[in-house]
Amino acid sequence: MKSFEPVIVAFCCHYCAYTAADMAGSMRRCYPPNVHILRVPCSGKVDAIHIMKAFQKGADGVYVAGCLEGDCHFKDGNLKAARRVAYVKKLLDEIGIGGERLEMMTMSAGMGERFAVTASEFTEKIRSLGPNPVKGAAQTRQKAAAG
Amino acid sequence: MITAERKPIEEIMELIRPFNRILLVGCNECVTVCAAGGRKEVGLLSSALQMACMKEGKVLDVKEMTLERQCDPEYVEELVSAINQADAVLSMACGCGVQEVARRFKEKPVFPAVNTKFMGASERQGVWAERCQGCGDCVLGLTGGICPIARCSKRLLNGPCGGSTRGKCEINPEVDCAWQLIWDRLKALGLEKRYEDIMPAKDWRTSRDGGPRRIIREDLAS
Repeated sequence: MKSFEPVIVAFCCHYCAYTAADMAGSMRRCYPPNVHILRVPCSGKVDAIHIMKAFQKGADGVYVAGCLEGDCHFKDGNLKAARRVAYVKKLLDEIGIGGERLEMMTMSAGMGERFAVTASEFTEKIRSLGPNPVKGAAQTRQKAAAG
Repeated sequence: MITAERKPIEEIMELIRPFNRILLVGCNECVTVCAAGGRKEVGLLSSALQMACMKEGKVLDVKEMTLERQCDPEYVEELVSAINQADAVLSMACGCGVQEVARRFKEKPVFPAVNTKFMGASERQGVWAERCQGCGDCVLGLTGGICPIARCSKRLLNGPCGGSTRGKCEINPEVDCAWQLIWDRLKALGLEKRYEDIMPAKDWRTSRDGGPRRIIREDLAS
């Protein structure tokens, strides 16, 4: 069986997590190529619909990475993001996608190592969960249609 | 505003299961303010339903529309252009909006996606509380602007009852005793004497007890 390579979407805040990813690069620290980074001005800018659309379009896992608690450039965007993530996790549970495919993370701009570690850990967690059930059903349909 | 909460996805899925093309209609009024059925919630529910169906191997076609007001025929008329492309309508408006859509499009099944709750106000962001029961004969002028009908668990007109403890109601320590609030407010206004006036039994015919209600403004009615 072909090994499963999950698609991970990471919404990263410009001031902390995105810079941490940059730092990971400067440190020549590897992290899985499965992680697709989307830079946002603040993690608080990530709306529930952005997360839902990521899953709908085939992401196997999504995480929102913002600044450490108390360090948000916009005061409390990261706290708002955390509450929104908790809400969408419940919604994902309700529709059978599984809330564990979504996480909120926090890190400072200097935490390149942490960025790489969390990216790897999250990718492995999603790999063990298997493909997004939505994608799986679509693939099964395509296979059935192809005969 | 009229407040509402989204129904569980499972219940909504059961309602729309026989259909493939859904017209999902939100409302820009009360349900937008209480974050239950505005444009944002329409987008989220659309995405959630499509994913839930994809998971079951079914493709659900959802068209999203959010009307200015779903309880006014003028705005409901805007659905004409989209109604024929849908097998059923799923409304995120309050019960008034759902019924208006059902009245206008008699041949289409119309389903509610939210549970309409109560007439309320925002206590703080994300928290809404009941404030009015539309009894049709407002007593707020006598009670310091605090409604004993909506906010006293027993709807007492001459309270409080013996279940009032340290300003809280016996049904739940998080519920304020409406009559404690009324007394505090009357005192602050220097109107303690008004508290002594006994309110006579209320004529509930102006409320739901008189059957479904209508308002007719002769100068406006066509």
